[in-house]
Amino acid sequence: MLQKIYDWIDDRIDITPIWRDIADHEVPEHVNPAHHFSAFVYCFGGLTFFVVVIQILSGMFLTMYYVPDIENAWKSVYYLQTEVAHGQIVRGMHHWGASVVIVMLLLHTLRVFFQGAYKKPRELNWIVGVLIFFIMLGLGFTGYLLPWDNKAFFATQVGLEIAEQVPFIGTQLKTLLSGDPSIVGAQTLTRFFAIHVFFLPAALFGLMAAHFILIRRQGISGPL
Amino acid sequence: MSEKKQQVSRRQFLNYTLTGVGGFMAAGMLMPMVRMAVDPVLKESGHGGLTNVSLAVEDITTEPQRIDWKIDQVDGWYESEVSRSAWVFKDENDEIQAFSPICKHLGCVVSWEGNESYPNEFFCPCHNGRYYKSGENVPGTPPLAPLDVYEQEVRDGMLFLGDAVPREEA
Repeated sequence: MLQKIYDWIDDRIDITPIWRDIADHEVPEHVNPAHHFSAFVYCFGGLTFFVVVIQILSGMFLTMYYVPDIENAWKSVYYLQTEVAHGQIVRGMHHWGASVVIVMLLLHTLRVFFQGAYKKPRELNWIVGVLIFFIMLGLGFTGYLLPWDNKAFFATQVGLEIAEQVPFIGTQLKTLLSGDPSIVGAQTLTRFFAIHVFFLPAALFGLMAAHFILIRRQGISGPL
Repeated sequence: MSEKKQQVSRRQFLNYTLTGVGGFMAAGMLMPMVRMAVDPVLKESGHGGLTNVSLAVEDITTEPQRIDWKIDQVDGWYESEVSRSAWVFKDENDEIQAFSPICKHLGCVVSWEGNESYPNEFFCPCHNGRYYKSGENVPGTPPLAPLDVYEQEVRDGMLFLGDAVPREEA
């Protein structure tokens, strides 16, 4: 049945080459843990991507209950945690996943660094990777405020004051982030929400696409 | 083992294993999310209690009167007071009737004698839906069912109303 549906579509729009391009590629021996167990270090990039997929999915589902409003944000999170079936699990996935993403990202970066895989001709991909790292830090920073509890509030207060230390534009930068020159409040929360669920993910998708296109184009770096 | 005896090729076996393990992992990931998303459908709807609507039984006449009262509504994490209304009267058997004013066509609000052309009927202004005094819908007008009836109880001469429930069709 599935094969028939696939054939029907493939017959008309010839999709086989498309997914072949995406999924069908050589895995060199030095990257295959079946040949050298130490090659598991090559998994960290893929694991980062896997956790990012979990973050995106769990985040999408969390917005079904979450409200980015200072009156209701904490209450909606509390409701989600205590009253909704599996709400605790989904928020837990998003909460812990946020940390795991950073860990995986760091391990991936260490592998690329110590293997010298960033060297010519792959410098551009290293740069894209560093940008992804910054986006991830931004996602962590903006997401931390959203539950609107005391820890979130004061952590953001500190974070905003760090932003204020930037030379020349610090004050403006802080206001731009918090939506108000002095208050960390209603406008900060909506701003952080918008940045967290729209702006940074959009940038992340673009950069991840670039990261994957580059690795496919240049191929994985050779053995040590 | 000879090649001929193999009914499942190595490639097939790997395909099945990978699909199985991948499917299991994907299901483990998606199951809590989907369960959380469909939670409102699976939750038992709370059954509201009865509320004193501040109407003494002796004040109920045979003429339907509109009464309004407030109930506490819990909507997820948001609690508020919302108003409810009913048309209350005594029927020919001297029994108290309390009808929901929500039209059974598309949910507008009906009024007793809401149109001069239709005396002694409930009238819905949205699509000219009409109901007899008994709450039965007038055949040929948009509503397809009689008006809902409030659960009711009389305590100490006061009227208490609960949730509006659809009446059983004969």
